[in-house]
Amino acid sequence: MADNRPETRPSIRTASARVKGLGPAHHGTSEWWLHRVTAVSNVPLILAFVVIVAKMAGRPYPEAVALISHPIVAILLILAVISVTNHMRMGLQIVIEDYVHDKGLKIAAVIANNFYCVAVAVACLYAILRVSL
Amino acid sequence: MAEPARSPIAGTPVVRPLSPHLQIYRWTWTMAMSVAHRVTGVALYAGTFLVAVWLVALASGPGAYDPVAWLYGSILGRLAIFVYTWILLHHMLGGIRHLVWDFGHGMEPGTRIAMAKYTLVGSAALTVVVWLVALLAR
Repeated sequence: MADNRPETRPSIRTASARVKGLGPAHHGTSEWWLHRVTAVSNVPLILAFVVIVAKMAGRPYPEAVALISHPIVAILLILAVISVTNHMRMGLQIVIEDYVHDKGLKIAAVIANNFYCVAVAVACLYAILRVSL
Repeated sequence: MAEPARSPIAGTPVVRPLSPHLQIYRWTWTMAMSVAHRVTGVALYAGTFLVAVWLVALASGPGAYDPVAWLYGSILGRLAIFVYTWILLHHMLGGIRHLVWDFGHGMEPGTRIAMAKYTLVGSAALTVVVWLVALLAR
């Protein structure tokens, strides 16, 4: 994501910093980009998730376990969990940064957001693996 | 967050003009769907808790799964999942709209408003289709 356009205005940025293109936060556009990549991957994975949930609805326990135990179903669910929890972590961080202006509260909210997303991700992944393996 | 600016008179805050917020502008389709995209995103964020509860209950055995399956299958549970389906599909279509805009397409006045409208129409229609297929296919 480096900015390779020729320099036309005077700048105090070093040539190295400009070529790296990481900006003052040293992250560059990587998080913005990952948000888009996970948005794209969410589409087929969520459609698969909707189909799986629809097939699960109303099934007794042994049938539900058998369905989740199918390798294709388990793999699709695992991919969906990874894609969705990453996407929602970045999405909610943007919301927090937009509306929570108090610095301490903002840092606490961003940390809580990360904890929640990791907890949801680990709980879902553990459950899927426990059922399917 | 920047430090508040120093006033020339000590102890008094500098009053600066603020940029107008949502309540100032006339509502437009693109604005409404932009707000809806954010609201549905936050709702989905909270809703993943229900998915985690469902999967963990399944992993814990029939003693935990049966009550959760009963709750989710109740009238209230089905209503929640129906709304959740719409929220999910609305956020999905909104996201696809944003991806198209990210590539610089569909920014013309007529097109962008039509795209915002079809996000709502499409998500409502898709939700009904998903539920009809799910109910008829069993």
